[in-house]
Amino acid sequence: MRIFSFSQPLGFMRLKWPAIALSVLLILGSLLSFATKGINWGLDFTGGTVIEIGFVQPADLPAVRQTLTSAGYGDAVVQLFGTSRDVLIRIPLRTDVDQSTLGDNVIKALNASLTEPVTMRRIEFVGPSVGEELKEDGGLAMLVALIGILLYVTMRFEWRLSVGAVMALFHDVTLTMGLFSVLQLEFDLTVLAAILALIGYSINDTIVVFDRIRESFRKLRDTSVDDTINDAITSTLNRTVITSLTTVLVLVVLFYMGGALIHGFATALLFGIAIGTYSSIYVASAIAEILGISREDMLPPPPIEKEGENTDALL
Amino acid sequence: MLNQNPLWRYFVVIGMLLVALVYALPNLYPEDPALNISATRGGTVSELTRAQLEQSFSEANVAAKSVALENGQILARFNSTEDQLQAREIASQVLGSSFVTALNLAPATPDWLAAIGASPMKLGLDLRGGVHFLMAVDMKAALDKNLNDMVQTFRTDLREEKIRYRNVQADLARGLVVLSLRSVEDVTAAETILKNRDRELVFTAGPDELTVFVSISEIRIKEIREYALEQNITIIRNRVNEIGVAEPLVQRQGSDRIVVQLPGVQDTAQAKEILGATASLEFRLVDEEGDLSAALDGRVPPNAELYKTRDGRPVLLEKRVMLTGEHITGASSAFDEYSRPQVSIKLDAKGGNMLSAATRDAIGRRMASVFIEYKPGTEIGEDGNPVLIKQQEVINDATIQARLGRDFRITGISSPGEAQNLATLLRAGALIAPIQIIEERTIGPSLGKENIELGTTAIQWGMVCVLIFMVIYYKAFGMVANLALVANLILIVGVMSMIPGATLTLPGMAGIVLTVGMAVDANVLIFERIREELADGRSVQQAIHHGYDRAFATIADSNITTLLVALILFGIGTGPVKGFAVTLAIGILTSIFTAVVGTRLLVNLFWGGRRVQSLPI
Repeated sequence: MRIFSFSQPLGFMRLKWPAIALSVLLILGSLLSFATKGINWGLDFTGGTVIEIGFVQPADLPAVRQTLTSAGYGDAVVQLFGTSRDVLIRIPLRTDVDQSTLGDNVIKALNASLTEPVTMRRIEFVGPSVGEELKEDGGLAMLVALIGILLYVTMRFEWRLSVGAVMALFHDVTLTMGLFSVLQLEFDLTVLAAILALIGYSINDTIVVFDRIRESFRKLRDTSVDDTINDAITSTLNRTVITSLTTVLVLVVLFYMGGALIHGFATALLFGIAIGTYSSIYVASAIAEILGISREDMLPPPPIEKEGENTDALL
Repeated sequence: MLNQNPLWRYFVVIGMLLVALVYALPNLYPEDPALNISATRGGTVSELTRAQLEQSFSEANVAAKSVALENGQILARFNSTEDQLQAREIASQVLGSSFVTALNLAPATPDWLAAIGASPMKLGLDLRGGVHFLMAVDMKAALDKNLNDMVQTFRTDLREEKIRYRNVQADLARGLVVLSLRSVEDVTAAETILKNRDRELVFTAGPDELTVFVSISEIRIKEIREYALEQNITIIRNRVNEIGVAEPLVQRQGSDRIVVQLPGVQDTAQAKEILGATASLEFRLVDEEGDLSAALDGRVPPNAELYKTRDGRPVLLEKRVMLTGEHITGASSAFDEYSRPQVSIKLDAKGGNMLSAATRDAIGRRMASVFIEYKPGTEIGEDGNPVLIKQQEVINDATIQARLGRDFRITGISSPGEAQNLATLLRAGALIAPIQIIEERTIGPSLGKENIELGTTAIQWGMVCVLIFMVIYYKAFGMVANLALVANLILIVGVMSMIPGATLTLPGMAGIVLTVGMAVDANVLIFERIREELADGRSVQQAIHHGYDRAFATIADSNITTLLVALILFGIGTGPVKGFAVTLAIGILTSIFTAVVGTRLLVNLFWGGRRVQSLPI
């Protein structure tokens, strides 16, 4: 069984300008959304308190809100989490109460006023400094990862491909974060992990295409750069699609069966993998081509002359 | 002949898989709800205690799976959590306060597996429930205290050398001491004297020639910070042991943070009270004239108080406190000139003066160190939390040999271990930098269990989807890839169980699911290559050979970059991100092994070196 079977390479590079225009547009859109809507940072980054409580019966949200308001937590956000018996309470950072005992106090207040006892499922408190550091650390991790990849690809391949690969990663990360910004999905620690995993997945995909581009350049002697790249992408297309498919398959499973805590992770990766597959072709390869990659850049380095090789035999 | 493997290769691969399988096995055995019973300081758990417990359990109709004495602790296993909780009540009633009873989940690893060191994966708090605290040590307070001590020391030193100063003052904001003197000669003299007493001091010229700024070297600042951090870690460790947690984790993170993880603890309020409680230390003279037996009958002399030593011996101490622990700047255990264990204690300038005055007329008398701590009792207060009980005990008493000053030592300690313990307690009673909880995560036990179930189902179903897909798409070769995928999962679990530092978290489980999806990538690359080679008209054997050969370069390149990302994540990330990075990295390595080496063996076994006309691919 085969998904695609082509006798001729497809003309991927013919569409490179429209594709790049689309990518630029989407990146600008994401940046615009960052500027206007911002990112809905989760507790891990903003600091504050999150309390997850469980009920035996479907939860009575108005009663929970009422209790919280009368206990002095009017600024709490109350919502269902995953099921109708799970309630998530978010309380922003406050200076007037002792944050570290807030969670216990809220549970006590709820137990005192609600008819049905609540079970504590999770209390998380994050201080203001921790969240800031996490943003810095996360940003630093991404930056270091990008630089590391830039260096490695330059070493193993060529600088034009390296720039293409890093641009593709930047593209993937920006668009995925853009999605979270536009839809105002919560960006928490698991989403950060997903974005970092996405960097890993996307670079993997890009390298496979690059490897084939290098091979095609060495194999096809009298073919234009455009067609060589087309040939490489076409011959890896099956693999690209199948790997994306199996990965998407498990991510869909994770999305539906992994529970509410892992939703953000699955969403980010599902979207990111679609984008990452596209970017390996249209961002990474196209940028390398626009930067003027040629067959000469891809040839193996000339063999080093052995000493005495060209000297005539003495006898 | 192409595509044939020497026999040893099969043995190596099968051997590795077997080892991984054996080490992965303990994860299949469910954990038992259990009780860990250990003695508090001084006491011991004996066979007698064990028998007593076993009897009390059976009297109360609590079915214990086993009650065993191992490594000086009693481990009692139960069938259900209800039994476990009931048993805790019984145990604390029967044994009293000299034992600590901790709830635990004991791995039910069979003996033959435990004998070779196999144990299940360590689960993160998000999977097993418990409390996680991140605490920050207030380094500013530690450095401020040091500056204030410097001021005291300088004043004393200058006075001793008869140098008159206009002012000695700490500038906390700038982190230095401002020294104002009366003449230029005094400035040089003061600098020489102070520099001689403490080489780590740094002098810089002030705004005018009579003012000098004194600060301490970077090395010293680092030392103070390290000391403050270490001290807090020691104190927290001691306290965590008091709470009774089975496998607590107290670890430094970065330069001023402490991570505390208490698996199984649900009552965060109590845990926080214990961790946050202050311990203190007092030095008092022993009242040797008072009548001890009368005091035991309740007639305590008016100027004395009755205390107990750590081994339960009563002792009468004077009410007057000679010195409190806050003046201690350091305490360390060492050996004296006759290589007997001793504890050397350093005080700040004020403490030195106080002790010097207090011991002037007390040479030959005995001085006791009293350790004061607050512990939660069995009584429950109005707020629903246990009432804290002040516990005081005499940790040491020694004869004063001479007038004591800023540096003194306690000798006549029975063992080096005891000296170390005493030094720890002395330091614990002299907290120089307070700590603050800056992050707290409490996961209820039900949520932890649910997370494990969700993660496991996701891995199973993700796996099933990929397996089905591969068989449909690559037929017999798909089966080979599937065997590799199953072997890969066993390897991941086996390696995760073997590495002591690896902890499985919920994001880590997500990482495994992702690895399952991505692991087939290597096989897809290889199989697509083989198909291409076949399409190009190569023979079956040539196609297999070149397919693996050519695909390998690609697989190596693409996985090394992914591994690079995982390593960076591990290096920079903390907590869950780190857990994710570990599983991702392990998954990449094992998947290359199974997908390249493992499948090659199978492919060679079935098709290699044979006259096959076509491949089922």
